[in-house]
Amino acid sequence: MKRLKTTLRFAVLSVLAAVICFPILFAVSGAFMQQWELEENLGPVLAQTEGMASWNLIPRAPSLASLVELLMDTPQFFVMFWNSLKLACCIVGGQLLMGMPAAWSLARFRFPGSRAVSMIYLVLMLMPFQVLMFPEYLVLDQMGILDTHGAVILPAVFSTFPVFIMQRFFAGIPEEILEAARIDGAGELRLFLHIGLPLGASGTVSAGILGFLEAWNMIEQPMTFLKTKSLWPLSLFLPQITVKDAAFGFTAALMMLVPAVLVFLSGQEYLEQGIAAAALKG
Amino acid sequence: MRSCRPLTCTWRNNKRNLAGVLFLLPNFLGVIVFALLPFGVVVLRSFQSAVSGEWTGLKNYREIFGNTAFRLAAGNTLRFTAVCIPLLILLSLALAVLLQKALPGKNFFKSAFLLPMAVPAASVVLVWKVLFHSNGLINGLLEGLGMEKAAWMSSDLAFWVLVISYLWKNVGYDMILWLAGLAAIPENIYEAARVDGAGEWQCFTKITLPNLMPSLYTISVLSFLNSFKIFREAWLVAGDYPHQSMYLLQHLYSNWFRELSFDKIAAAAVVNAGVVFLLVLLLKKAWDKQE
Repeated sequence: MKRLKTTLRFAVLSVLAAVICFPILFAVSGAFMQQWELEENLGPVLAQTEGMASWNLIPRAPSLASLVELLMDTPQFFVMFWNSLKLACCIVGGQLLMGMPAAWSLARFRFPGSRAVSMIYLVLMLMPFQVLMFPEYLVLDQMGILDTHGAVILPAVFSTFPVFIMQRFFAGIPEEILEAARIDGAGELRLFLHIGLPLGASGTVSAGILGFLEAWNMIEQPMTFLKTKSLWPLSLFLPQITVKDAAFGFTAALMMLVPAVLVFLSGQEYLEQGIAAAALKG
Repeated sequence: MRSCRPLTCTWRNNKRNLAGVLFLLPNFLGVIVFALLPFGVVVLRSFQSAVSGEWTGLKNYREIFGNTAFRLAAGNTLRFTAVCIPLLILLSLALAVLLQKALPGKNFFKSAFLLPMAVPAASVVLVWKVLFHSNGLINGLLEGLGMEKAAWMSSDLAFWVLVISYLWKNVGYDMILWLAGLAAIPENIYEAARVDGAGEWQCFTKITLPNLMPSLYTISVLSFLNSFKIFREAWLVAGDYPHQSMYLLQHLYSNWFRELSFDKIAAAAVVNAGVVFLLVLLLKKAWDKQE
């Protein structure tokens, strides 16, 4: 009876996992097909020919040709890729650098107004971009940095989401450790650098991973604040590829997918902790 | 959050408080410059005319609520949330319950369900286009089963494409939240119930569900807020002017932004912020109750 139940659970989950992963496998397999195979499979979608589109997850003639072409002969692809990487790394770096002390402060200190600040951070973290779009536009315009990478990076650096995540982890450090160090004469800066940062490291990693995935996937912000196409990240460039250039589109999509999936797989444990941090009480 | 201890709560403990303020300051200044101050300006501008800067009172608000596009978008957004969130919550709870106990390949399943969260929307645009095209894979499957082809992107079904995309992207995220809630239920309650002869279904309805109620609240609010991000998928698949069943507030905002209708945008942003703020207050209240 128990065996049967486990088998049943396994079967249900397998089907669901297959359905959920199918689009991803689809995208990956497309990157290893050549244009002719894609045209043959997707003809009815691409050129409105008769019949229906079909797909095989294992390419009939697997080939790295389109990938090589993308990497060798498409300098504009590199510009976009580099833009994406630059934006994501600057944003995550800035978020952690600015966010760590703030999270430490909100987690470990109570001064008049600190509760209000916590509340403001929570509200801002949950505001959709569309609410903040116009306010951010006004500031960036005043600063004269619209249509530069700074316009995308700066507002994102002061996103309050990473502060919230790190704060949850910092708050979990037992007060006794800090008290003991204080008695030994350690100053507040020392406590933060030598106890807070190492013991709260998994929170920092969680925030960094969630921040990277978000920044890598960013669409609305660059779409609103960047006009010059050579500044665009990959996420804006990909949707411009029409189905006619399917080979190019699928390989570029793969190149966009790979960094995100690598970060995801290498830090999944931290990612889960970061997500779960929001489920526990505030 | 740690409760406030009497001694550290006032300025009496000056030196330590100063350190706390200094730690916070760099970030808080940034938040003031990039969010709080300009939002204040937007609130002011929501009562002004965009062209002349004259005070117009509630005119902008009256205008957006009378605007058909706004009503359509707000209605769709509400409908989208009302359909998606219950679906997402039930589906992810089911996954979490199935995954909670020991199972071969447990970690693999977890990764598989969570993976869409990491997948950039832009890299599956082509896939979505091929799946939901009128000659696409899903219609091919339907035809193969002897059913009618459906016009996924150009009928009311477009709304359901959006629902599917949202579920696909978020089910793993919510599953992790549920798993955290499930893990917090002490095992000995179950043991006691089993000793008293409770069956598995009874354990689920009498112990698991009641104990998950606080998580349900948090998860609903977080899911609601994540539902705003669906604009990415919607925009990628259908562009700026999608089928009217999936025309969301976000489309409206970016179209107004492009047309430089700053007065309307300001009023809509204030209304939207008000709704979110209310939700956050509810969330906060639920958290405080748990304490």
